[in-house]
Amino acid sequence: MTSHRRPIRWHIGIFLAPAVLVYSAFMIFPLFGTLQLSLFTTSEQQTSFVGFDNFRVLFGDPRWSGAFWNALVNNVWFFVIHMLVQNPLGILIAAVLSNPKLRLRGFYRSAIFLPTIMSFVIVGFAWKLILSPLWGIAPDMLKAVGLKFLFAPYLGKEEYALTTLALISVWQYVGIPMMLIYAALLSIPQEVIEAGEVEGVTGFSAFWKIKLPLILPAIGIISILTFVGNFNAFDLVYAAQGALAGPNYATDILGTFLYRTFFGFQMQLGDPNMGAAVAMIMFLIILTGVCIYLFGIQMRMTRYQL
Amino acid sequence: MKIKSLFGAATAVLLGSIGVASADVTLTIESWRNDDLSIWQEKIIPAFEAENPGIKVVFAPTAPAQYNSALNAKLEAGTAGDLITCRPFDGSLSLYKAGHLGEVGDLDNMKNFGAVAKSGWSTDDGSAIFCVPMASVIHGFIYNKDAFKEVGVSVPTTVDGFFSTLEKIKQDGSYVPLSMGVADQWEAATMGYANIGVNYWKGEEGRQAVIAGDMKLTHPDWVAPYAQLAKWGPYMGDGYEAQSYPDSQNMFTLGRAAIYPAGSWEISGFNAQADFEMGAFRVPVQAAGDECYISDHVDIALGMNKATKNPEAARTFLNWVGSAEFADLYANSLPGFFSLSDHNVNMTDPLAQDFVSWRGECNSSIRPYHQILSRGTPNLANEYWVTSANVIRGSMTPEEAAAHMQKGLASWYAPQQ
Repeated sequence: MTSHRRPIRWHIGIFLAPAVLVYSAFMIFPLFGTLQLSLFTTSEQQTSFVGFDNFRVLFGDPRWSGAFWNALVNNVWFFVIHMLVQNPLGILIAAVLSNPKLRLRGFYRSAIFLPTIMSFVIVGFAWKLILSPLWGIAPDMLKAVGLKFLFAPYLGKEEYALTTLALISVWQYVGIPMMLIYAALLSIPQEVIEAGEVEGVTGFSAFWKIKLPLILPAIGIISILTFVGNFNAFDLVYAAQGALAGPNYATDILGTFLYRTFFGFQMQLGDPNMGAAVAMIMFLIILTGVCIYLFGIQMRMTRYQL
Repeated sequence: MKIKSLFGAATAVLLGSIGVASADVTLTIESWRNDDLSIWQEKIIPAFEAENPGIKVVFAPTAPAQYNSALNAKLEAGTAGDLITCRPFDGSLSLYKAGHLGEVGDLDNMKNFGAVAKSGWSTDDGSAIFCVPMASVIHGFIYNKDAFKEVGVSVPTTVDGFFSTLEKIKQDGSYVPLSMGVADQWEAATMGYANIGVNYWKGEEGRQAVIAGDMKLTHPDWVAPYAQLAKWGPYMGDGYEAQSYPDSQNMFTLGRAAIYPAGSWEISGFNAQADFEMGAFRVPVQAAGDECYISDHVDIALGMNKATKNPEAARTFLNWVGSAEFADLYANSLPGFFSLSDHNVNMTDPLAQDFVSWRGECNSSIRPYHQILSRGTPNLANEYWVTSANVIRGSMTPEEAAAHMQKGLASWYAPQQ
């Protein structure tokens, strides 16, 4: 033990203060505000405390819980499509683009990334037009190659609408995993690849055995970003299908369900208290998912010093 | 829109100061109809001011999406205008209950309005009326006269005739028989279910019976419209499942479809877009000679701010809104928005004439899910959108849809339990 006391390190607090203040004001405070809101109910302009009654209604009332589970299941499917299509596709495109022999790499990279920076309103509207059975180019294009029978009014069919929207979203955002993986692939030192070549590991097996393990942390980050993004999704469904998320709620995800509950829709008045309860559940779902990833996967992931 | 409302506010301030200077009384009208600003400024207000010297009127609209919240805030703060444009049913009822709207039932010209017209702005028991009805929209079918001539069909009057007309147009092949889609869902309920349903549940009779709890939504009269809707699908365009409301409008005005299930608010738009002759026919009845009903939905009214400093002038204006002169001005400036008064309004637009002529032949009724029944959760109006679209697509049978609606209503509405 030393008798020498360390001076108080003021600078730590000062340096942290701006971020802590901003984060508290815009994230922590509203979060607790939402929690508080969800514990009250309003009727006849009177607000009263009801504890967890809103949550009981949300899960206990067959109509509320039916709508909630429908939205959750749809949301999970939305996420599954992204994980199965968007991320593998992103990795594949990045792997192809990182091949130094490929010409026009810069062009492909930009072209594939471009939709990411477009507004969801434009994307939703453009795809609605492309797939329109009346004026869309999709039916005509399929007809030109003799595949007209493949066309259906995808966005209007209960069985296809959600998958179609998920694929539109994949089209828009595939540039993000592509860019992240591309950067990770470029950071792999040439020596490692060459050492592999000396040992006889080339081509496809070099990708599987050397590159893929090295980019796994990046894939992990992409997965969690996809998860958070998908369970917060709202905009594309709202732009393409409206707040009722038709047909027959087939494209209703948690975001649109929250919107209708909180803000109301047409003749249905909004219920901020019930909406806050839905928002809390969404928060808990995302929190659980992130925790599972953080403690279950990321901490056990092997990292290689390059 | 923002510029318009700013302009409106600026005019309000300007004219307000002039009013004070000349010791005239100035009335300000709150409204969401900023599209109608010029009609009010150029036609309606000058006509009123010419007759009523000493009263100046300013039309000060807000953007439609912000109207309800902006109006509430202004009423709370005591800065709202003297006259308030009223949304139908619960939107205005809550303002009345909160003490913001004065009663207008004792105005002389209220005698010119029927019970249906007043229903949108009365308390549930009908004892107090708080807005003077201005206009309604009527539902029916608009058709392409050239197409009917070409295919050789005439206007149907019965349900069977309606379907045989559709069948002939389909056989002919040059036109899509029915221009409607279910992507946006609301057309299925508004121009589908509520439009054709009135003839089954006998308009007000059935609507009031459901409100009173004497009739269930599973009653055959309420299932039959679904059953008819279920047969519409095959006559709608290819891929109607993904056809949106603007798609349907364009399909019809481009001359690709023969019949458009319509609301009268389409008239001015269609007149501008379509280059063929259009006509309108009312909802076909089950058997020739049956008593007929039409969906004549109350839409807009005008009430008085209880806190106004010029109640006498405000009442003078409201009384004038119930006059024949106002009815004529309004209906002719905005074809498709029909006066709710009993005055005989001479309209110049032929399509609007077609629509309004049905009032003389049939009984008017409003959309069944607007008064009282849409107060709870699940919301009956939204549910009708979804189930009507489902029935047309065939993912729900008419009976299933009706049972679903009844279950939803009974879950919160005591008279139906």
